[in-house]
Amino acid sequence: MNNLIKIVDGEAKVVDRDPWEIQEDSDASVADNRIVPLARWQVLTDSAKVRAAVLLYPDDDPEILAPWLGQIELIALMFPSFRDGRAYTQAVLLRSRLGFEGELRAVGDVLRDQLAAMRHCGFSSFAVRHDRSAEDALKGLHNFDQIYARSVLNPEPLFRRRCAVHA
Amino acid sequence: MYRYDEYDRALVQARVEQFRDQVARRISGELSEDEFLPLRLQNGLYLQRHAYMLRVAIPYGTLSSVQLRTLARLAEDYDRGYGHFTTRQNIQFNWIELEQVPDILQVLADSQMHAIQTSGNCVRNITTEAFAGVADDELLDPRPLAEILRQWSTVNPEFLYLPRKFKIAISSSEVDRAALRAHDIGLYLYRGENGEMLLRVMVGGGLGRTPILNELVREGLPWQHLLTYVEAVLRVYNRYGRRDNKYKARIKILVKSLGVEAFAAEVEREWEQIRDSAGELTQAEYERVAEGFASPNYQRLDALDPVFGAWLARDPAFACWAQTNTRPHRVSGYTSVVLSTKPTEGSAPGDLVGVQMHAVADLADLYGFGEIRVTHEQNLVLPDIRKGDLYLVWKALEDIGLATPNVGLLTDVISCPGGDYCSLASTRSLPVAKAIQTRFDDLDYLHDLGEISLNISGCVNACGHHHIGNIGILGVDRKGEEYFQITIGGAQGKDSAIGKVIGPSVRAEDVPDVIDRVLTTYLQYREAEETFVDTLNRIGLGPFKEGAYGRDQVAQEAGA
Repeated sequence: MNNLIKIVDGEAKVVDRDPWEIQEDSDASVADNRIVPLARWQVLTDSAKVRAAVLLYPDDDPEILAPWLGQIELIALMFPSFRDGRAYTQAVLLRSRLGFEGELRAVGDVLRDQLAAMRHCGFSSFAVRHDRSAEDALKGLHNFDQIYARSVLNPEPLFRRRCAVHA
Repeated sequence: MYRYDEYDRALVQARVEQFRDQVARRISGELSEDEFLPLRLQNGLYLQRHAYMLRVAIPYGTLSSVQLRTLARLAEDYDRGYGHFTTRQNIQFNWIELEQVPDILQVLADSQMHAIQTSGNCVRNITTEAFAGVADDELLDPRPLAEILRQWSTVNPEFLYLPRKFKIAISSSEVDRAALRAHDIGLYLYRGENGEMLLRVMVGGGLGRTPILNELVREGLPWQHLLTYVEAVLRVYNRYGRRDNKYKARIKILVKSLGVEAFAAEVEREWEQIRDSAGELTQAEYERVAEGFASPNYQRLDALDPVFGAWLARDPAFACWAQTNTRPHRVSGYTSVVLSTKPTEGSAPGDLVGVQMHAVADLADLYGFGEIRVTHEQNLVLPDIRKGDLYLVWKALEDIGLATPNVGLLTDVISCPGGDYCSLASTRSLPVAKAIQTRFDDLDYLHDLGEISLNISGCVNACGHHHIGNIGILGVDRKGEEYFQITIGGAQGKDSAIGKVIGPSVRAEDVPDVIDRVLTTYLQYREAEETFVDTLNRIGLGPFKEGAYGRDQVAQEAGA
């Protein structure tokens, strides 16, 4: 039970069944559907790489994953604290610069009031912190979320759409 | 002024409702204080010594008379009757109940205002100089780009949880009046050889406990790239800025540790990836926003007004005020009037009561075009006053205590609210400000001294910008006692400098004496029309140290 919200066909839903499991322990062998830290993932053989998902901490450079991004199914970005905003930039880079199209999951200190910003930056699933209800956190994605700047969600900034209206 | 369209209205309204929900969840205990903290900070709400303080954004220091009346109403209905204008052109209310904040934000939204991102580790209010669009020495009007930046940075999802606060200022006057070099990003707007609008981008400034002036990162950036370039700077900062130590988390520390060249190279590398994206500004957007800042309908007036001239000759008090408290206007026959919030007796620097705000709003409607500005020095400005009306405006300002003829002079003190309000402060800065204003209340003396800035901060966080005051006063706690350290030689503007300490810190009651001796030294050494800083630069710190502390003590210090 990952306390998970997922965007499915543009709609955010609480998902009961989710096969993925974070495995931070570096000694255990890697089974299917494990999310492992970058260092661990890098030493996996190429065939094992595509079955495992990658966990990036805020210090990790997502560009390292560039050669494999076409095959990776899921990347999890860790929020050690919801106040640490580096994963927003990692998400933007993975989506906009590196063209990652798989599942991008927020893990760690993931809370309702940050979900809308995460979604704008390209996250597609959210493992809500265990002591909080995912059902409740879902409300964080149902509010108005219009912004001015461009984002992964709105590649055109508002001023380009506005001018089209005014023209 | 820029007017909200349906998008702006919807965004601000949504934000009010979002915060109403967050406050309700905080009160019910659903949100912990730890979780609520950054949310309330991003809505301008601080917990201070006695109560909550709400900081309302005044984007680039521009208010309509309607908005100023709204602020007056907030002061009267939700606070103790007054508000405090800050050095970043915002206003703070000091006695706010948490439960009432959503209603206050609604009142603000109804007047096209908000408190979004006036604190917290995000991009703060975009500031510019108070005379934007009307100053006679302005190269270009910075307000359209300031508004474009305001919109871009508002709720920008990638940059809401930066390592630390982030302040951007933009200016385009001959003398920079926006303290550009003390900002995380300072943008200087000017025309290139072919008339195109260009930006000089300076990064890594900030005061606080490690005062640093920002450094040039990019010269001649075409304005269309404003947003992508700022995006590149913020992205580099968000990725690599330190998060392990709050006091080393500002971008200035990153710029220093990498070196400005390596930092600039990193920014350029990032920018190359995004410069030609959808983020590039369009002429159509610039024009849409600039429409809001079109010139009002100025009358065609002669530069010399006989009524004004007659009053100057007849009333020396008026002449003194007009010389000190007005600034040249780009349109003939007009002038900009600065309302000093620094009376010798009474209120603290930057404080205005509701009645004064109402009266200022009325004056803006009666004699101006319904607009008011807030200066970095915590004063207000009526930007468009006909010279022929100046005498009447002066009389009206005298009645409400906003005509002290001391703008730009020693008693035009910049001060933070200090320990009387702020829970971070280690000393009370306001009584020191008041002691100085009372001690040096002789107008002839003040005018003889000429332009000089005196800035006071109650603690090392430096909200009173003491580092860039010609005379800076910093409050420090020494074993539970309030002491004040004096620096001199700080400056803002084109020749920005960080002040230097002249000797050991002194008790609050001794501050006016030390200042007096510093000023005496200046007058003793001054040549012709030299300013304080010019004299200091010519003769060095030595004579000032000796003047302030006596030769024996200075020798002792040197020997120790």
